[in-house]
Amino acid sequence: MDARRESEPTPMKNRTTVERKSEREVVVTRTFNGPARIVFEAWTKPELFRQWWVPKSMGMSLLSCEMDVRVGGKYRLEFAHGDSQAAFFGTYKEVTPHSRLVWTNEESDEGSVTTVTFEEKGGKTLLVMHELYPSKEALDAAGTGAAYVMVETFAQLDELLVTLGASVGGS
Amino acid sequence: MVQYTRTGFDASFTALSDATRRGVLEQLGRADASITDLAEKFHMTLTGMKKHVGVLEQAGLVTTEKVGRVRTCRLGLHRLEEETAWIERYRQLWDARLEELDKVVDELKRKERVDGRKKRK
Repeated sequence: MDARRESEPTPMKNRTTVERKSEREVVVTRTFNGPARIVFEAWTKPELFRQWWVPKSMGMSLLSCEMDVRVGGKYRLEFAHGDSQAAFFGTYKEVTPHSRLVWTNEESDEGSVTTVTFEEKGGKTLLVMHELYPSKEALDAAGTGAAYVMVETFAQLDELLVTLGASVGGS
Repeated sequence: MVQYTRTGFDASFTALSDATRRGVLEQLGRADASITDLAEKFHMTLTGMKKHVGVLEQAGLVTTEKVGRVRTCRLGLHRLEEETAWIERYRQLWDARLEELDKVVDELKRKERVDGRKKRK
């Protein structure tokens, strides 16, 4: 994937791919038309982060976003979803400017670990986000981190998907 | 009806975490079988196999139907399709999110160019 030549400007939008590496891991990849420095900035400055982390299609709003991006620093995101609220919080474990971020989710005892890498090539940045759950049981228990927020999200997306019809397999 | 819940997804993972249950799925992929058939094939007591099938059934990976005295098991494809749908939904969320990030990146690039012109870095 990263061996592909990126010399031509592509007017088409970059594709997001999702792969389940194992029952404990999910990997999301996408290329951005900008240097790693900028993409990294958008992940580490709260005022930028909050501009994109909760797209309108999620049907949620971000109430607050605190991020202390340094090793051992904490983050906390608070969402409103209809009448309910959810918090998403944890600790940064690794912060390597412009190339790597690792954080934990601490909503439960067995939270997931998220690793994001930024790899620049020819002015573009390949972003790889890897989420690892500590055990099958942790995934079973799910109530953690991204999965939690996303499942909440999916409940809303579900309606949309049903409207969109059989495009997801016609079940 | 597409009925997706976190519990359902977790149940699938639990169900798939066991070698015997994966074997049962493989077996049922070839042909429907009764619990007795499966118990024999996997050298297991009827009770043991019933438990495994129960887990698979709960996860929606297998459906069972009792005709007379025989309970026949078959693959519940619906859940497998949901697994695929889960990935697709996950992808859609991230796609929406990263699409927004794209805009932020573009905006920052634009700003940098403007700032770069104003004051040499």
